[in-house]
Amino acid sequence: MVVGNGMAGIRAVEELLDRGGAEQFDITVFGDEPYGNYNRIMLSHVLSGEETEEAIFLNALPWYAQNSIDLRAGVRVDRIDRFAKVVHDADGGRTPYDTLLLATGSTPFFPTMEGLDLDGVFTFRTLDDARSLLTSAKTHRRAVVIGGGLLGLEAAHGLATHGLQVDLVHSPAHLMNQQLGPEAGRVLRRKIEELGIRVHTGVRTRGLRGTGRVEGVELPDGTVLEADFVVIAAGIRPNVDVAVRSGLEVERGVVVDDRMRTSHPDVYAVGECVQHRGQTYGLVAPLWDQAGVLADHLTGARPDAEYHGTRTSTKLKVAGVDVVAMGLPGPERDDDEFVVFSEPHRGVYLNVVVREGRLVGATLLGDVRKTAFLTQAFDQGLPLPEERTSLLFDLGSPDEATSVAELSDDVQVCNCNGVTKGRIVDAVAGGCTSITAVMGKTKAGKGCGSCKPLVEQITEWAAGGDLTVDESVGWYVPGVPLAKPELMAAIRERGLKSVSAVFRELAPGGVEDAKSKMGLTSLLRMMWPEGIEEERDGRYINDRVHANIQRDGTFSVVPQMKGGVTTPEQLRKIADVADKYDVGMVKVTGGQRIDLLGVAKEDLPKVWADLGMPSGYAYGKSFRTVKTCVGSEFCRFGLDDSTQLGIDLETRYQGIETPAKLKLGVVGCPRNCAEAYVKDIGVVAVGAGKWEVYVGGAAGATVRKGDLLATVGSAQEVLTLTGRFIQFYREWGNWLERTYEFVPRLGIERVRKVLVDDSDGLAAGLDERVQAAVDNYRDPWQEGTAPVTTGQFRPALPLGMPAVRS
Amino acid sequence: MSRPVCSVEDLPVGEGRAYVVDGEQVALFRHRSGKVSAVQAACPHAGGPLADGQIDETVVVCPLHLTAFDLTTGEAAGGEGSIAVHPCRVTADGLVEVSL
Ligand SMILES: Cc1cc2nc3c(=O)[nH]c(=O)nc-3n(C[C@H](O)[C@H](O)[C@H](O)COP(=O)(O)OP(=O)(O)OC[C@H]3O[C@@H](n4cnc5c(N)ncnc54)[C@H](O)[C@@H]3O)c2cc1C
Ligand code: SF4
Ligand code: SF4
Ligand code: FES
Repeated sequence: MVVGNGMAGIRAVEELLDRGGAEQFDITVFGDEPYGNYNRIMLSHVLSGEETEEAIFLNALPWYAQNSIDLRAGVRVDRIDRFAKVVHDADGGRTPYDTLLLATGSTPFFPTMEGLDLDGVFTFRTLDDARSLLTSAKTHRRAVVIGGGLLGLEAAHGLATHGLQVDLVHSPAHLMNQQLGPEAGRVLRRKIEELGIRVHTGVRTRGLRGTGRVEGVELPDGTVLEADFVVIAAGIRPNVDVAVRSGLEVERGVVVDDRMRTSHPDVYAVGECVQHRGQTYGLVAPLWDQAGVLADHLTGARPDAEYHGTRTSTKLKVAGVDVVAMGLPGPERDDDEFVVFSEPHRGVYLNVVVREGRLVGATLLGDVRKTAFLTQAFDQGLPLPEERTSLLFDLGSPDEATSVAELSDDVQVCNCNGVTKGRIVDAVAGGCTSITAVMGKTKAGKGCGSCKPLVEQITEWAAGGDLTVDESVGWYVPGVPLAKPELMAAIRERGLKSVSAVFRELAPGGVEDAKSKMGLTSLLRMMWPEGIEEERDGRYINDRVHANIQRDGTFSVVPQMKGGVTTPEQLRKIADVADKYDVGMVKVTGGQRIDLLGVAKEDLPKVWADLGMPSGYAYGKSFRTVKTCVGSEFCRFGLDDSTQLGIDLETRYQGIETPAKLKLGVVGCPRNCAEAYVKDIGVVAVGAGKWEVYVGGAAGATVRKGDLLATVGSAQEVLTLTGRFIQFYREWGNWLERTYEFVPRLGIERVRKVLVDDSDGLAAGLDERVQAAVDNYRDPWQEGTAPVTTGQFRPALPLGMPAVRS
Repeated sequence: MSRPVCSVEDLPVGEGRAYVVDGEQVALFRHRSGKVSAVQAACPHAGGPLADGQIDETVVVCPLHLTAFDLTTGEAAGGEGSIAVHPCRVTADGLVEVSL
């Protein structure tokens, strides 16, 4: 029986299962949180929005069932009756056990102060805490975090990423005082302040102010930091409630021996709730060791296994800053050697403390390249190089490879997931030949990410140069081991005109691959503009029904509106259709079109018929829209007719498939009202009939100003050059590679040489092939009247049940 | 108990369609090899319509966030949850039979 469904308890169970414990034990797990087992460390990422809740589960509910573990999620244990060997839970249940493991973790520590009972006071420990903080972050503007240790910094960072104004109050004189010396703390502070967080150190809060709900935090000098809510992250205390109530020996934590046994036979404890040889721990590294020892012991795999404590060398990524700290943060004795390098401006601080020729402490902040060597020297007391600065810099001291080689197999590389160097080496020996494969197999590097460089170094070293640099990275699609030019050559040579034919002839074993189909369809359609052997399953759902799938399985419909210009009739019709089909929302898109959102799949053909307009391509990996400004026709600054040019561009290139979506813009002067500088292709009128053509701009997940490809003297030349660029991108761009990646990859000079100076003699061919694509244009919405496959527009969730779970 | 759901001709080759069987939403797929698969219709991640996903002989890829589920075991590639898999076959007279 396990009490506590957290990181230590479940790690111990996993270790048991690894050693065949499933045969020896029927496992029951109590956890008072109503979930499976998640990676608590990653709550910081959930708060900052870098991870979803789902992504942080180490073991979701099905895992328990698969391993025949009886999980009592959401049930708190009150007390253990050690004489009757029964556990009493808060629901009144009584469950017998033979062997019991306590892993109740810690609880947040509340410093004594007024106002802790006010609404809007949070802690940061559990998934529910993270959820409440996220909700508050969305609806409030100001937060105060109390505590400047790891947790407080993570909370402050997470909240600041949501645009909140955050104050951090920390009573010791510098941040992370548990792990860092004063100078390192100051450098860290600088980095934290750069995030826009206001840091107050050496300040003990006097109390929380407010009536009913918290309104502010009062400091000793009487200033009140205004707050819509407050996060208390002032430390943790081992959660010993159950142990105390059950009469176990408890000091600061539950006292255990070297076998993790408590004062009662048959009751063991691991994790943050324990005290071992006087030590308690607040990080995960020690609990991996404890879980291993416990499992060795309980299963009899290694009866003599003992836990001797963990010398914690902390590897963390705090608020985006790499921090490594081991041993002493600074010198303690007169003859301790102390080597320091500090570059606050860059956020780098490094030090080592050497005593009698041995490394007894090291701190690395912002530059953690020497972690491997220092960890090793610290753990094993290796003799150190005479020239101490080489401990911090590569001055002929062991380089990365040697220091990786010297690391012993049991050195923990990834603390978040408890992965040792040995496991990485095993993974490589077991056939993982790329870093991604190793990470997938061992989970190393998938936590806070601070160990990734080391994981890479070890993988490289273990593979001894045979590292596959994930060949598949260079393939056009994952299922066919060929880069785009070779793939195109092979397709042309063999005259392959269907996706199945490509798999049959070019994929290993002729095996088809779902994730490759869409890319292949796009490629084939580009290569054979007059038509391919259509296979509908080669297309993504958007391209099967010519509309954009939305989160609830409905679709959005965007009629064509060239250059963003519409008419009263068109608007009236759109309004009528929106009424008739009761669409969820009518929205002007980022591309100056009107979007009808929430259309049921089965209604699509009727909607198209009633609209009687062509498709606006808001769904495909294809040419989409041309945004325009009003230009010379109406604008008093307009230098040329940007609207007309936008319409001409859209008319000519509508619907052409491209490696990723393509969005254009044309503006009548450099005031750039339609944002042409940040489009895949942007055109700017500069007067006297001249136009500038920019390529590779973006204003999505990436923001990039396009590169000037050429300044041309007429609208006709813009049309030609645009087409040439589109075809060049179609032929040379990687699948799903946006132009903002494509153009920098080749370099604008190269693109200009090929397209403008025609250095490679490609221009005429490109022009010709793009013309063929233009000539073969057909409005896909025509399919509404003649469906291509049976049930093309059948609902995929037929009961009309709400598809989205909140 | 297995029950007939549709004619195999109702499933275009390589695609999926969803049906309600005994009040449950089931996604049926017809593979290029000729075999058929049946799984729960809603993705366990965020309810995506799996019948709209792309398939090959072994997996279906959810159209919303591209999680790939094994059509025999129901397991997701990254270990993120799994889907119910229902035994199914094509009868001699071309009907797709599913048992829940
Ligand atoms: C936001 C955050 C960030 C962190 N970042 C890092 C980091 O970067 N690096 C690092 O090394 N460590 C980090 N930690 C610390 C790390 O998460 C802990 O060391 C680790 O989770 C401790 O594991 P545990 O199993 O002992 O306790 P927990 O994971 O807390 O598990 C204890 C479980 O027992 C349950 N429980 C308690 N009492 C009962 C009861 N009576 N009945 C039933 N169930 C009960 C609790 O609800 C809890 O689910 C972080 C912690 C937090 C909160
Ligand atoms: S970009 Fe220039 S021409 Fe176009 S609307 Fe703006 S100011 Fe007027
Ligand atoms: S920004 Fe783009 S991807 Fe994000 S929700 Fe809006 S439309 Fe979707
Ligand atoms: S809903 Fe299926 S992967 Fe997200």
